[in-house]
Amino acid sequence: MKNNKQRQAAVFFSAALLFLAMVTAAGVLCREAALETDFSRKNLAPCREYWFGTDCMGRDMFARTLAGLSMSIRIGLCTAGVSACLALLLGVAAAVMGKAADRVISFLIDTIMGIPHLLLLILISYALGKGFLGVAAGVALTHWPSLTRVIRGEVLQLKNSEFYQISRKLGWGRGQAAARHMLPHLVPQFTVGLILMFPHAILHESSITFLGFGLSAKQPAIGVILSESMRYLITGQWWLALFPGIMLVITVLLFDRAGNALRGLLEPMENREGVYG
Amino acid sequence: MTLAAVNRLIIYAAKKAVRMAALLVMVSLITFGLISASPIDPLQANAGQAAGSMSQEQLDRLAEYWGVDEPPVKRYINWAGDVLKGDMGTSLLYRRPVTEVISQKLFNSLFLLVISWLVSGVLGVFLGILAALYRGRLADRLIRGYALLTASTPAFWLALLLLLVFSVWLKLFPIGLSVPIGMEAAQVTAADRLRHAFLPALTLSITGISGTALHTREKMIDCLESDYVLFARARGESRWEIVRRHGLRNVLLPAITLQFASISEIIGGSVVVEQVFSYPGLGQAAVTAGTGSDVPLLMGITMITALVVFGGNFAADILYGIIDPRMRRGGEAVEEQ
Repeated sequence: MKNNKQRQAAVFFSAALLFLAMVTAAGVLCREAALETDFSRKNLAPCREYWFGTDCMGRDMFARTLAGLSMSIRIGLCTAGVSACLALLLGVAAAVMGKAADRVISFLIDTIMGIPHLLLLILISYALGKGFLGVAAGVALTHWPSLTRVIRGEVLQLKNSEFYQISRKLGWGRGQAAARHMLPHLVPQFTVGLILMFPHAILHESSITFLGFGLSAKQPAIGVILSESMRYLITGQWWLALFPGIMLVITVLLFDRAGNALRGLLEPMENREGVYG
Repeated sequence: MTLAAVNRLIIYAAKKAVRMAALLVMVSLITFGLISASPIDPLQANAGQAAGSMSQEQLDRLAEYWGVDEPPVKRYINWAGDVLKGDMGTSLLYRRPVTEVISQKLFNSLFLLVISWLVSGVLGVFLGILAALYRGRLADRLIRGYALLTASTPAFWLALLLLLVFSVWLKLFPIGLSVPIGMEAAQVTAADRLRHAFLPALTLSITGISGTALHTREKMIDCLESDYVLFARARGESRWEIVRRHGLRNVLLPAITLQFASISEIIGGSVVVEQVFSYPGLGQAAVTAGTGSDVPLLMGITMITALVVFGGNFAADILYGIIDPRMRRGGEAVEEQ
């Protein structure tokens, strides 16, 4: 039944998730190795034993990169989860609670969008005294606007749809009709929106950590690693910046592609515009 | 444009301006709230850093200015009143009026932002059209791949890579600062300025292209699949004629709007990029203000960038109103009623 493209998307989606899960797990296991210093092996260029080389304190960069990525992914999962739930609440509220609520929420969205994202993250991090809580709250509280708009639009459209209207006329309660006829349409939108939020969350977490507002310099976070690497660029330790960065890009890219693959699976009509349009 | 249409445009602009002012007030409230909630005491943090060089009199004046013992609402009203008079306070780190610091940093940043904004906009539209014309072929795949890759690349890492390749390995560009070290401002030539801004501008341009390019591609594909393009092809117009006569008109307006709306992203990118290249612009000042607890400067920078972002959105709205013929026709329809 499934066509080739759908099968490809499904395989890709599963493979991407598996890879990311492995990175996350490996990072947790590597945590000890990431912090281990050994001055007998400092400043080694990438070799067979140390794939990503070692830094000036003799720490294995491969372990550090994995630990950092794992940390970023875990923070990304939590914050994007919170942000997506906020988006769901606000999006539904904007659509069903009347004009006033809609206006207030859209005003709030415009305000948040008006402050450059990183600046807002700096402000929130500052408000919470910097550190882990600052970066987690910052990322969680600033990513909801776009998904809120999507969900608001979807709910408004569903509210005017015939099947919803008819079910209401047939005497179904508001909640019953919403659960039966709205939820099945919202779940895919929400899931795709959630997954597509991860890459942004990860990028922003690493950026804010890179600037020194996020995780403390003792943590093996990807932003910390890249921020440290900046000092050694001039002395020629290029591997400190190159490999962790590539891994970060791959992670972000995989989340983005996985989200899009899932969208292709859940909203096949939109994906086949070429065939029908 | 008829008089009624002009009138309508003015009313439209006024409405947008009022909304913009309201949004700015909201931004100031949120910023002030966040900064007030901070457990970090700016006076303590700065007196700790510069204890020797700050007199008691200065400290008292700062304490009085920020109303350390006053409730936040009163402090906000004091601050807002001063801002309306054009006084944003004195930067704790730079020891100069915030307005002065910001205008100098903003000038440095604008140079960078405007260049990369223009380059990414023009290249974005160009690549988007190219990808649409060669849809599914190699050029399209390369452009889409590029957009995808740059959208997933953090600006600060790209900046690090460019720094590594061009400054450290090839030694083509200086490693930091907007002017050569130890040179007086008057001696700095335009060529120096350009040389030091080149890599930061390149970084911002590379990352800025992807959104505009993908958006333009979609619009152009819609346009190329339309009936009027089919008819134009039947009339024997060449590919290039079709793009120039039918495509550009449909594609440019949304691209310009998107480009105005992306100002916020470019400013956000400039924060990290300026940090990597130690380019003394507004973004670097924001980071310095945040780490050094320079509250007046942080407030000032947030307000100014929000003003620039809302200004960009406002410009996009007005431009849409002026250029889109539907808007004009809408005006005439009102006139007829």
